[in-house]
Amino acid sequence: MNRRRFLQVSGAAGAGLIVTLQTGLPAFGADAKAPAELGPFIQIGTDGIVTLWVTKSDMGQDVRTSLPMILAEELDADFAQVRIRQAHFDRKFGRQGTGGSGSIRTMWTPLRQAGATARAKLVAAAAAKWGVDPSAVTVANGVVRANGEKAKFEATFGELAAAAAKIEIAADKVALKDPKDFSLIGKPRKRLDTADIATGKAQYGIDVVVPGMLYASVLRSPVFGGKVASVDDTKAKAVAGVKHVVKVDAIGTDLPWNGVAVVATSTYAAMKGRDALVVTWDEGAHAGESTESLRKQLAESIGKAEAKESRGDAPAAIASAAKTIEAEYELPFLAHAAMEPLSATARVDKDGAELWLATQFPDWAAGTVAKLLGLTPEQIKVNVTMLGGGFGRRANPDFALEAVQIAKAAGAPVKVQWTREDDMQHDYYRPATLHRITAAVDDAKKVTAWHHRIAAPSIDSYFEPEAKEPWRSETGGIEDLPYDVPNFRLDVAVARSGVPRGWWRSVEYSINGFVLNAFLDELAHATGRDPIELQLSLIPKGHVQKFEDEKHPARQWPFKSDRLRAVIELVRDKSGWGKPVANGRALGFAAQSSFLSYAAQVAEVSMDGDVPRVHRVVCAIDCGTAVNPDGIRAQIEGGIVYGLAAALGQKITIENGRVQQSNFHDFPLLTIDRMPVVEVHIVPSGEPPTGTGEPGLPPIAPAVVNAMFKLTGKRVHTLPIT
Amino acid sequence: MSTKFTVNGKSVTASSESDTPLLWVLRDELGLTGTKFGCGQGLCGACTVHVDGEATRSCATAVEEVAGKKIVTIEGLSPNGTHPLQRAWLAENVPQCGYCQPGQIMSAAALLARKKGKLTDADIEDAMSGNLCRCGTYQRIRKAIHRAAGEA
Repeated sequence: MNRRRFLQVSGAAGAGLIVTLQTGLPAFGADAKAPAELGPFIQIGTDGIVTLWVTKSDMGQDVRTSLPMILAEELDADFAQVRIRQAHFDRKFGRQGTGGSGSIRTMWTPLRQAGATARAKLVAAAAAKWGVDPSAVTVANGVVRANGEKAKFEATFGELAAAAAKIEIAADKVALKDPKDFSLIGKPRKRLDTADIATGKAQYGIDVVVPGMLYASVLRSPVFGGKVASVDDTKAKAVAGVKHVVKVDAIGTDLPWNGVAVVATSTYAAMKGRDALVVTWDEGAHAGESTESLRKQLAESIGKAEAKESRGDAPAAIASAAKTIEAEYELPFLAHAAMEPLSATARVDKDGAELWLATQFPDWAAGTVAKLLGLTPEQIKVNVTMLGGGFGRRANPDFALEAVQIAKAAGAPVKVQWTREDDMQHDYYRPATLHRITAAVDDAKKVTAWHHRIAAPSIDSYFEPEAKEPWRSETGGIEDLPYDVPNFRLDVAVARSGVPRGWWRSVEYSINGFVLNAFLDELAHATGRDPIELQLSLIPKGHVQKFEDEKHPARQWPFKSDRLRAVIELVRDKSGWGKPVANGRALGFAAQSSFLSYAAQVAEVSMDGDVPRVHRVVCAIDCGTAVNPDGIRAQIEGGIVYGLAAALGQKITIENGRVQQSNFHDFPLLTIDRMPVVEVHIVPSGEPPTGTGEPGLPPIAPAVVNAMFKLTGKRVHTLPIT
Repeated sequence: MSTKFTVNGKSVTASSESDTPLLWVLRDELGLTGTKFGCGQGLCGACTVHVDGEATRSCATAVEEVAGKKIVTIEGLSPNGTHPLQRAWLAENVPQCGYCQPGQIMSAAALLARKKGKLTDADIEDAMSGNLCRCGTYQRIRKAIHRAAGEA
């Protein structure tokens, strides 16, 4: 059946089949007329409408408001005239991958330069038109003015844009604003998308409709690494609406799952067809893996961990110490569980492909799809929709590669819709891990040695099983321990697992921040010191740790110990630390620098039997210059909820090589009746901005368990708590 | 096979199989994609619509069950996005990713319709604990519902 015939048939069968072509997201008003391009991010129409391209994916962090604020600030645009467009994959936009709390941090300078350069072009165009010196030209709210010797001149952006677009000015030749002159940056601005969200108009990956589109549901190997042994699709093909049954092949770690797709005329028909498939699996090497087998492996391997970092001689200092304290912490695999289950829509032609994806990395998707199809990335159009949550899951290109294989085989555009169960059981999981810390304390209650051991199936070792440095990137917070301890050693061991691992909101800091802060609380108790006083005593004053490599992407943001001290002092003062709390409640504290930001939290907790109830969380955050303060508050609230839900009750366990959890009944999210009051205090700062999507998460779990210890006298060494 | 009901004030005849969840009829057949798929089991509330005024999980409701009934989806909650809750969602800057918010608003709208005047936190928790938000917007949802209840 060709595409036209299919449309006729389904149009006749449906009660008003809606066919729309989703090519972009709402632009909040009319598009600009005859737009002129002033650099890759900015277009200005003859009507003065300023269109700004958002090149990072929005999964709730609201870069669709904050990034345009940065551009409009330097452009001196009237924000009411600004429209935003979500960028499709295009190399002219630079790196489009969204992660590592890096959107504001990495786009800060490029967007300021882009805005200032476009402004300079408008000024130059005006100066030439009016015959005045550019220094006499001013810009405010989208209007350009000059006081000439004989006359006053005024023009809108729209009147100057076409001429301005012809002027060449290098971005590094343009002066940026003095931050004291900022009028948009630093002022809370509401999310531009809210009206669309609140009326159901916002377009997510799941909402994409392409003419002639079919729908697919995929039965994936329940065991990681399993292959299809046989397929009986007789019953599946008998389901009304089912058109094709297609095998989907794994592609290394980019697409870890072999599967069988059922392609049909509706989502529900595809799902019913998939349920009717009879597939036998060659379960492969990982069929025997279980949570218990991994725990045994971790317990064995941690004793054989090899040194990654060492200063002084921690084992010797511990061996000769008057007092030592040791603890082990065990954390589970975790799924991302974004509210929008994964989906992907693809159309494949002989000379190209087009995808519609709720993806964090359109460039990664385009590259892997091009390789699969034997094309160049430029032949792959990736449209980025809004993302119904991401948290790291939508970085990987697996869902795109599946859709491309299915669409190619079906000879029609296909939307692949994952179920919640698919999403939970075929994830790239936050690794399960075991940490052991031994510390030595001298007679003056000073910590003299810290020996930290980690065993885990690291993320790096999933993507590169034979890598020489399987712990290259997952010891943040520990290898650069900000505490003044003379003897320090970090040993690491890699465990083998067939479970795919990936980047889960705050990545290793969700683990390391917990372990460090929970252990510091144990040290404080063992030495009779206040936990905040102890941590402040360990963090030296005035220490600046620069990134040695001049080309290091984070060289603008050296670690400054005083910034960590300041958030701790601020949260101490704002939370009422040391003052009486209500009966049956206690305060717990934790602080963690991550992703070049600094966060400290105090949680007020009571116990409902064995279950903690968190009443209030006070957070101090230093993320440098606060671009959109209300957006920062929202991200901290979100990080706290995400981390709290995990600490309270989330784990992914494995049996017979399979994930045992499947939906929200056995992987519970936080509910509104368990939501603490969250207070966020943003440290005023002139430092360049850093992100807040992740740094709010690491302190919450340790703050809660540290409060629980005060209430119960028992330490929590294993997450989740219940 | 066809099922007749009204959606947002208009009569429709759905041709999907009678066991098809209302969610997929709304989304795939009628093009009303504001109602979201989250879990397929009535566990998350993202698919909440009103069936004869009651907040109902459309993912766990077969289309045959709504024959002759009145369905309201997020697209039909108000003519121009001016329902007190929609205004309150703007005022409190509630959404992050926004995906769960249509379901949140539909559950809250059923609460406001059922219980007039000021609400307690317990009223809100009772009505809203089945609507999950992964981004953690609950504090703002609570404030927005209180605000809307004050205005409604």
